[in-house]
Amino acid sequence: MQGDDGGTLVADAPGIDHEFKVGYITRVEGEGSLSLRVRDGAVVEARLRIFEAPRYFERLVVGRTGDEVVDIVARICGICPIAYQMTAVHAFEDLYGIEIDPSVRALRRLLYCGEYIQSHALHVYLLHAPDYLGYPSALAMAVDHRAVVEQGLALKRTGNQLIAALGGRPVHPISVRVGGFSKAPRRSDLDGVRAALDAAVEQSLATVRLVATWDPPALEHPQPLVALRHEAEYPYNDGRIVSTDGLDLAPGAWREAFEEHHLEGSNALHARTHDGRVYLLGPTARIALAADRLHPLAAEALEATGLRDAIRTNIHRSIVARAVELLHACAEARDIIDGYRPPSEPKVAFTPRAGVAAWSTEAPRGLLHHRYEVDEQGHVTHAQIVPPTSQNQGAIEADLAAFAPAVLGLPHAEATHQLEMLIRAYDPCISCATHFLDLRIQDERSGKGT
Amino acid sequence: MPAVAARPRLRVGIVKMASCDGCQLTLLDLEDELLALASRFEIVEFPEASSLRSAGPYDVLLVEGSISTPDQAAEIVELRRQAKLLVTIGACASYGGIQALRNWSSHDVFRAAVYAHPEYVESLATATPVSEHVKVDAELHGCPISPEQLREVLVSVAVGRRPQIREESVCLECKRLGTVCVMVARGMPCLGPVTQSGCGALCPTFGRGCYGCFGPREQANAASLARTFELEGREGEEVSRLFAGFTGWAGPFRSVIGDFGGPPGMTSGATSPITATTATTATTEGAGDAG
Repeated sequence: MQGDDGGTLVADAPGIDHEFKVGYITRVEGEGSLSLRVRDGAVVEARLRIFEAPRYFERLVVGRTGDEVVDIVARICGICPIAYQMTAVHAFEDLYGIEIDPSVRALRRLLYCGEYIQSHALHVYLLHAPDYLGYPSALAMAVDHRAVVEQGLALKRTGNQLIAALGGRPVHPISVRVGGFSKAPRRSDLDGVRAALDAAVEQSLATVRLVATWDPPALEHPQPLVALRHEAEYPYNDGRIVSTDGLDLAPGAWREAFEEHHLEGSNALHARTHDGRVYLLGPTARIALAADRLHPLAAEALEATGLRDAIRTNIHRSIVARAVELLHACAEARDIIDGYRPPSEPKVAFTPRAGVAAWSTEAPRGLLHHRYEVDEQGHVTHAQIVPPTSQNQGAIEADLAAFAPAVLGLPHAEATHQLEMLIRAYDPCISCATHFLDLRIQDERSGKGT
Repeated sequence: MPAVAARPRLRVGIVKMASCDGCQLTLLDLEDELLALASRFEIVEFPEASSLRSAGPYDVLLVEGSISTPDQAAEIVELRRQAKLLVTIGACASYGGIQALRNWSSHDVFRAAVYAHPEYVESLATATPVSEHVKVDAELHGCPISPEQLREVLVSVAVGRRPQIREESVCLECKRLGTVCVMVARGMPCLGPVTQSGCGALCPTFGRGCYGCFGPREQANAASLARTFELEGREGEEVSRLFAGFTGWAGPFRSVIGDFGGPPGMTSGATSPITATTATTATTEGAGDAG
């Protein structure tokens, strides 16, 4: 698995089958590879294989309490631990009938803003921008574009600072508890990050303007889009599951519309709609379904790009969607801090009860669903965790099948680069999606795409 | 420091085994220093951040994650051959991580619980720290690691001295910060007395007990702390669950978990015998000569 990252084009059966492999997809979170089977210029099979080692989280949480689950599931992903903490904590609070203080609710949103800022800044600047500017990494890019990289690092630092102010540290923060927080910050604890957010709003506005000027490869392959939608807020912790197809479900009712499939001839679990369709989550879906809930500064910046429709149909434009959400998170975080009054108690007491704790929130990479069966002692007896990347994999493969024929005639290294760039546009988090192994596209879908 | 600048840049690799990527991310979180570090180190292998790859050799190799699959068990042996200095970063690489809690259970039951076709899933019967497979020159602890300790290791390697990392319990960090003891004042169970410092005593400072994510300190008397929890009225699993976290496979914690009936949710029929071997917690101080 080590070695030169150039793709290899191997003639299995001369003149008929070719196999194109990308052995290790770089600049994504986790370990994955891609292989396409090509016959007479048509993609007959695409496999996005995840060789990230399984860690068995759904079994590891069995026997644990809600608070323990909040700590454990954070470790599914070092990039988006708060998404996991939030989804779990809301699930248990919903089951136990806990009413949280409005200030605690605002702090939860503020914490999520921090995760969006650091995660999106990481992806836009350190993982994705090098594709547009033509470098193997952000460090290499910094030699010629130091100001761009420094702007990204500054934004990322502000996100980390915000998370640390609320939860002690940027990766795996420690304050989120069922019923609230173990400790709520004083207003003065937020002074430092409040000052940084003024700069971050300007930096993220500059980010939107910058990435909107970058020309992406052409691609038009719209998938049904799914996201949370809330009556008043841009969707993070709360809202109903909606889609461009008219879906409308409570956040705990994911299983009413979707299921994890085991395809014949494959050892993969895929998330699909009940009628077997793929769908797309993430910044693209949120912008399409909830742009009217954006902070006015972010809404204005989005309009100025003139790319709102392009975001919806070309996944390469997700970098613009991510930048708009970066601006939203910075601007909303500033507003939340300005209106913040510490809660009278950071955490309310509760009594566990048996039942099903299920919820969905919007992780930076899209809708994240958790479902826990819980006994009378509040101990988990069964868990299902559906990360956004495993839900997006069907859409990623469909787009790969549609896009690949156009690049397979290029030199190998260039074709690899173009395909990796497409995969990176989804910001896949393979660490999260570990247990969705070895995916493949069946012939009929590649036929549709080509 | 012209003498240092004149040296050739050191070849650094960052690789991952079974992990969440959070410790690698800590390297990227050294935002201010990142571009400066790049002038001292040539990062030749960091697939999460760069498309350029190298199979070695490395002057320094940072390894994240536990050894959990047959491929990883083979790969770490080859990586060790390629690395002058091998440093594990974080609780997974240094102690096995949260996934090592499955070592008390049947591998088959765990696989079947998550995967419809467990026979397709390639994993080892146990998830174990890197030091159970190859020689490790230094270990960084924490879930995640401390950015300061990572910086200290990189700087010490760059200038050719030993890293200076404190060996003490979380309690001492609380004392220095003036944090009121959550165990004494609020009756909360806390692993601070037996846990290596490095986090800044975050949990007690935020009003909760330490959950031991930096692992046991040297010569930790975890059994004594467990008896204290027992005297307060907890028994069996209610004691083991306190130690059964991100560093539960570390010797002293592993013994307590075993003595109190195993981690919550464990199945019968562990695939491999559970023995509390001597703690392999080489302190970072004194390890890792940057020759």
